Parts: sequence; structure tokens; C-alpha cells
Amino acid sequence: MRYLPHTDETRKAMLDKIGVAGMAALFADIPQEAQRSGLETLPGYQGEWDVEAHMAALAAKNRAAASGPFFIGCGAYRHHVPASVDHLIQRSEFLTAYTPYQPEISQGTLQVLFEFQTQVARLTGMEVANASMYDGSTACAEAALMASRVKRRRKIVICGNLHPHYRESTLTLGRFGGLRIETTRPQPGGAPELAGLIDKDTAALVVQNPDVFGQVRDLAPLAEAAHAAGALLIAVVTEPVSLGLLRSPGAMGADVVCGEGQSIGNGLNFGGPYLGLFAVNKKLLRQMPGRICGQTVDADGRRGFVLTLSTREQHIRREKATSNICTNSGLCALAFSIHLSLLGGEGLRKLARLNHESTIALAGTLGQVPGVKVLNSGYFNEFTYKVPGDAAEVIEALAGRDILGGVPASRFYPGEGFDDLIITAASELNTDEHRAAYAGALKEILS
Amino acid sequence: MNREGRPTGAGETQAPRSRTFTGNKALQIEEPLIFERADYGHGGVDLPEPEGLSTNLAGLEQESAPDLPGLSEPEIMRHYVRLSQKNFSIDGGFYPLGSCTMKHNPRLNEKMARLPGFADIHPLQPQSTVQGALELQHEISGWLCNITGMSAVTLAPRAGAHGELAGMMAIRAALEARGDARSVVLTPESSHGTNPATASLVGYKVKAIPARADGTVSVEAVREHLGPDVAGIMITNPNTCGLFERDFAAISAAVHEAGGFVYGDGANLNALMGRADVAALGVDAMHINLHKTFSTPHGGGGPGAGPVVFSKALAPFAPLPLLREKYGVFSLIENPDEAENASPFGRMAAFQGQMGVFVRALSYMLSHGGNGLARSTDDAVLNANYIRARLADVMSLPFGNQSCMHEVLFDDAFLKDTGVTTLDFAKAMIDEGFHPMTVYFPLVVHGAMLIEPTESESKETLDQFIETMRALVKAARSGETGRFTNAPVFAPRRRLDETRAARQPVLVYEGKI
Repeated sequence: MRYLPHTDETRKAMLDKIGVAGMAALFADIPQEAQRSGLETLPGYQGEWDVEAHMAALAAKNRAAASGPFFIGCGAYRHHVPASVDHLIQRSEFLTAYTPYQPEISQGTLQVLFEFQTQVARLTGMEVANASMYDGSTACAEAALMASRVKRRRKIVICGNLHPHYRESTLTLGRFGGLRIETTRPQPGGAPELAGLIDKDTAALVVQNPDVFGQVRDLAPLAEAAHAAGALLIAVVTEPVSLGLLRSPGAMGADVVCGEGQSIGNGLNFGGPYLGLFAVNKKLLRQMPGRICGQTVDADGRRGFVLTLSTREQHIRREKATSNICTNSGLCALAFSIHLSLLGGEGLRKLARLNHESTIALAGTLGQVPGVKVLNSGYFNEFTYKVPGDAAEVIEALAGRDILGGVPASRFYPGEGFDDLIITAASELNTDEHRAAYAGALKEILS
Repeated sequence: MNREGRPTGAGETQAPRSRTFTGNKALQIEEPLIFERADYGHGGVDLPEPEGLSTNLAGLEQESAPDLPGLSEPEIMRHYVRLSQKNFSIDGGFYPLGSCTMKHNPRLNEKMARLPGFADIHPLQPQSTVQGALELQHEISGWLCNITGMSAVTLAPRAGAHGELAGMMAIRAALEARGDARSVVLTPESSHGTNPATASLVGYKVKAIPARADGTVSVEAVREHLGPDVAGIMITNPNTCGLFERDFAAISAAVHEAGGFVYGDGANLNALMGRADVAALGVDAMHINLHKTFSTPHGGGGPGAGPVVFSKALAPFAPLPLLREKYGVFSLIENPDEAENASPFGRMAAFQGQMGVFVRALSYMLSHGGNGLARSTDDAVLNANYIRARLADVMSLPFGNQSCMHEVLFDDAFLKDTGVTTLDFAKAMIDEGFHPMTVYFPLVVHGAMLIEPTESESKETLDQFIETMRALVKAARSGETGRFTNAPVFAPRRRLDETRAARQPVLVYEGKI
């Protein structure tokens, strides 16, 4: 086996040194009824080319986004990632290091985390950020728990236009964690009325911007309403590229910004691994979940970085910890940070504008297809449109013509009356030909 | 002498300077933060010019770009390559971090994960266009069930601690379905911190069970705490002292008899493959850290993946989405109404798991085959015992010189009266070119040093490590305290002021200090 250095002679010599007759003696504590002798029912070892052939055959059964027109978003976005990003994250010293528990020999990872935290804070308009969560949905669930802890209130109000997977993840964690969650009916292309649901028991209001239907919304009045009741505003961002062009949640009054960082530096990967972003203002700092990197000095007075404020964390606080999170998304944070360092603020703004213009063009093209109606009044890179007929069937028919046209709202909301809606996204990678092919196929399918 | 006539022989040169003008030390180069670059502007990505259309942003456009530096590609390469050179890594050296399973990360797995058919597919594509991805999930599920002997698996959890949540939520859901959620979860004192933190997130109070003198938990100690209020036990096997819990099957039987469930923390599965049947030990749920046992890279702190295997009793409560196969067609059940005979406790994250991690892990499994996996367990346990056997005479084993599993635990008794602490000893190992073992964990042992070599290390590396440890022990005992208390002196940084970091937190760049 190519990954195992020992020969049988070495094993024998080592067993002799240990003073046992054979390998089995080392496993003598396993009770008889639970002992196994190998994993004989599984296939035998394979050389590299056999593994490659097996995996390539599986991969070939999937329709890769790059192989044709592609217009799917809803919490995972496809952008071009510069080649240098993937090269750098495969540096052995980043890829094969553990969590930086020994800071003297982990300054590379730690400085990256410090830079990442600074980038996330500036991007979201907040004062501080943590070193990442698993993904946007779990970051959102943890934000709700944090708000309940901080405010000592149990009620969380969730806007119905929050990504349904985020809502469900928050409901799950909240149910076991004793939260009382109220939510509104989704309003595709609209802005559900929320202020009336906020009362003195409310710990936080959770609102996504742009929302799952692509609609953008001013958070400032919601922040005001939440603050007036002594509650926090948790702003969720699933497409951080939007922050190149949109006013930041911090500037609109959010107390917590959480969300998904995948779209910068990271590929689609069928849903994971992704990158949870979590940023707050300083007064909430010590209630934040997750790892945090901080600046300090070493014994020679030189600047250095360490993991800090760990008295919030499970390995110190055990059952009193702010979260049980341990491993997070370090390498995805590195990819995010490198890509954002290549773009810079100006580059991100330009990329955001390209995405927005591509979406305006798509809305224009699809809007000319008879029977199609775009619902959004304002959007960034994603919008919802109505078709005469069953949206899920339309999406399947488009896929049959090798066009991935979006997500039928019924996949999220089965039987809730949204069966004729499609959520579609555009990016800098779409061309006029892609849009024409999409509109042409849609016209055929609908006629 | 070299060709220029400068001395190169031993004793011919002067002692080196400790400081340079730059602060750099040859290959070790000081690197400022990207925010300290004054001259950035155009960035390192060439984008086409936007057309300048009027926006459709509901009036929410911000006036200026975010304040973020953008560097050219050569500057970026140098920044991150220099930073990487300040990291210890498994590719670079021995990394015996106990409980973390720092084994070799094969590059074939990286290559497979980058196949566009895996890396460039969207989680919400029509399922007809991702049949290969679902088939891969089905295949890795089969391997995980086979390796553990368990009935079912969920791939939803994003990491080990998230897997613990999945397992404990399933337990709570199963108890609630019986009409009695109960209120207490037991866990040994030596457990990972995630165990009590998880139990608490799922709404349980935690009771700690002390170990007996040999470092394991006895069935009698568990029985003492069992009662109608106990939802179950969270227990790691082998435990965090590197010992197999000999009473595990009896403990499971007792917990089941009392109406509770057994959560097995699978962080240490690397010690069991092909040797122990997890199902036969009575486990009801166990997470599997693919980033430990199945070698997906730790990446400086993630990503991981924490699939959970379930017993028949808990399988119906597994979280959404559920993966189904019918006549060779794979589908995801994303909606509780379609779950048929199951009662999923809900969804715990967006989409359907850490696909990129699954590809790497399956590639690792296929490469090894069943017997290769069993052999890696054997070698991991062999390596740990070899270290134990060769250091037992100079270091101290808190539970006697008994055989261990895949990691070996020492305490600091051998450092008594030397003025050297466990932390000092660890930092001196850094100077010798080794990553320290896990220190001060588990908490049940004074000055714990937990060494997990994994199967990836050759005897030559282990011998070099052992000789170094012996030399360090000798130095500590012979009063060379400074070698330890000043350490590390050769690392990119010396010891860092952690108190200052916590008391005056600086978490984002706010200007030079």
C-alpha cells in the first residue's frame, strides 16, 4: 500500500521491541463479540489510475456548470476564481497544517486569519469578524442562538424571504436550544412586513439581503424597528460579491452580519465545503461563536498572532461554551482572502457591476419571452420570474436542452403556491450566446 | 575554505549575529499585512469594463468601493508563499498531535476533488444532472456503514462537532417520539470539550463520570449515574487517554437497559478499522471525522466533514436531506413530507454535505481497499505502542505501562522538580523540528502529553523522534532549564503574549503597533 511506509520486517522488529508476539495482542482489550478480522467484504486496494478511472466515471455523470449555459444561484454562486488562488491553497504548509494551536510555528495561517477577519469586517461594515464558520446556514443558526443569549429573550423573528435552508437550519438548532421562532410567508419579489412581529420578547430579527428571490431591501428601517424593541438585527448575506455595489449591512444598522463566503475564491462543489462569515460590533465580541485570531507580540517584542478569547470555546468552557464548533473552514477562508486580495475594493466593485449588468441583460432577454414576468423591483445578480405552467417541469425541460436555468421555487416551497416561479442568477461568466440560448429554449418550452 | 577564501570550517567562523537589518533570516522573511501596503490600487484580476448601465438596486448602491487592498499577482504570490513558510505542516515534518490524526494527505485525492464533474456542479441543479454526485454519496455511505458495521448514515454534518449535534439531536428526537426527552447526558471526565458543549446545545444537562485507576470508565460507575432522567452517554472509544474502553459493550447494555442511547465520539476511529465492530459495541450514533481517519487535509483548521452512522433504532430520525436509490436512480429527499417511513429531526445545514471532502475521502478508501484500511489501523496502533515502549523508561505513563491504541498519553511526573513544564517541553520540541504533541488534554491527567503518530510515519522518523525526546528528557533532568523556558528560539516567532491578546483584543487591522 503506497501510503504505508513499513515493511513486514519492520513491523516484526517493532513488535519485538514492544514485546508482543503479534499485532493482535495490541487489540486484546476489544471484547470478543466486537472483534473483527479485517475488512474483507470491501474491495481491495487500487493503484492511482484505477481510482482515477472510477472517479472520472462518476464525475462524467454530472453536468458541470462550465460545460454550457448556467444560471443557478440561491445561496451558491459561480464566479471565475483566478488560477493563483487554487495554486496557493495547495501549498503544503497551508493545506496540511492543523488548527494553529502552536502559534510560533503557525504564523502563516494566523496572519491569513487576521487579514481575513479584517477583510470580512470591512466588507460587511462591522467592527470585528471571527475566523469562519462551517457555512452561511449554520452561521445564521448560531447568530440566532447568540442573540438569544445576549438579549436573554427567546423569540426570533425570521423574514419569510430568508433562504429556506437557512430558515430550516435555524429552526432545527433553535428547537433544541429553546428558541421560539416566528416567520412570515415568503413574498417573491416583495418585502414581507416584519415590524409588527417584533415585540419585547424578541431577541433578533433575521433578514437576508439580497433575499432568496434576489430582491434587495433597505435594512435601515428594520434595524430601527428592531432596536426600538431592544432587539438585534441579524443581516444574512449569501452573495458577498453584492457588497461591492450594495450598501453594507453595517452601514444600514445591522448588529450581526452572517452569511456565505463561498462565492469569493471557492467553487460550487455541490454544496460544500463552504465558508461561514460572522461579523459583529465590538460589544458582542465575547458572545461570538467560533475561533478568533488576535494580534499580540512575542518575547522579542515582534508582532505576532494567536487564537484568542478561547474562554468562549468548548475546549475550555465545555458545556458553558458559546458553541460546540471546533474545526471550521480555514482553507476556504484562505481562498476567500486570496481572491479578495487580488480583487481589492475597486476590483470587487467592478466585478459586482459586471454581475449586475449581466443580470439586467438576462432579465431583459427573458422578459421578452411571451408569458414570462419578472417579479423583482430591485435585484443584484438574481431575480424571480413567473412562467405560465409548472416551473419544475420547465427547469427539467431546459436541462434536457443542456441549459441550467435556475431553481424552481417549488423545490423550496412544495405545495405553497409558488409552483410557477423560477429563481435565476447571472454572473460575469454568462455571454450573449448563453442568454440567447436560454431565452430561445424557454420560448420553445412555453409555446 | 570556500573558493573565495572565506572560512567554512568548524571553529573558523564567528558566532552568528542574532539580528539582521531587515529582521529577515535568510529563507524566513518578515511579511507585512496586506493592509500595510501603501501602493496598491489596480489589483491582480483583469476584468472587462462594465457598460455603465444604470443600476436596478432599489436605490441601495453604495457610493464608493469597499476599503480593501488589491495586489498584483506577483505581489500576491510572494505574500502568501512567504506566509506559508511560517507554518509547520504534515508534509514538512512529524506532527504527532494527539486526537487530531495528522496523517499523510494524498495528492491524488486533491486531483479527484478538482474534476469539474465534482467541483463545478451546483447543489441545486436538477437531480437528473448530478446522478454521479449522488452515486458517490451513496458509495461512501456504503463504505462507512461497512467499516463500522452500522445500519445507516447521514452525510449532512459539516464537521465532527456538527456530527455530534446530528447524533444528539437524533437521540433527543427518538426520545421525544417516545414521549420522554429526558434531561441528562453522561460523559466521561476525559471527554472532548465538544461532547458537553453539544449535549448542552441540544438542551441536556451534563454529568461527568470519573475514570477508574486504569484510565477507563467502569460499567459500575456508569450504572451509578443511570436513571429515568438519563438520555444517554457520549463516550469516545478508544478514549482520549489512548485506551480502549474495555467495558464499552457492558456500558452500552446498561445504558440501553435504562432506556438511553449511546453516542460514540468517532474521533479515534483510526484505531478501530478492521479490528472492532462499532455496532457490536452497542453504539447508536457515531460521527466520523473524514478529515482525521480518511485523511482529507486539515487546511489550517478545516474544512472537515462529520458523517454520522446510526443504529437501526436511530436511523429513522436522521436529518434531511435523505439519499434514496430506486432502480439505479438516486434522489434527495429534501422535504419531511416525502420521507415515507422516516421521521427526520430536520435540516441542519444548507444543501447536502461536504461534497469536496467526500470525494477526497472516497478516493482514499478506494486506494487502500478494505484491507489497506485495516492495515493502516494496525500500523497506527503499532507506531503508538512503539513510542510508548521506547519512552516508558524515561517519561511517565499515568496509567502504567499497558498497551495503548493509536495514541499514547504521558503526564508530567517525569518533569517533577526540573522547573520545566509540559508547555516548556513542547516548545523545546519546536526548536528540534517537531510539531509538539497535544498538551494539557485530556484534562484528567496532570500536564498531559498526548502523542498520536499515525500510520504514515516510518520507523526511521519514529526513532529520530524517540531519540530527540530522550535527549530532551535528559536535558530537563540535568538542569538545562533555559533550553526549555526560552524555547522556541529558532521558530519564526518566540513565545507570544496570549494574555495581552485576550485582555486588549485587536482582531482587525487598526494600524501598526
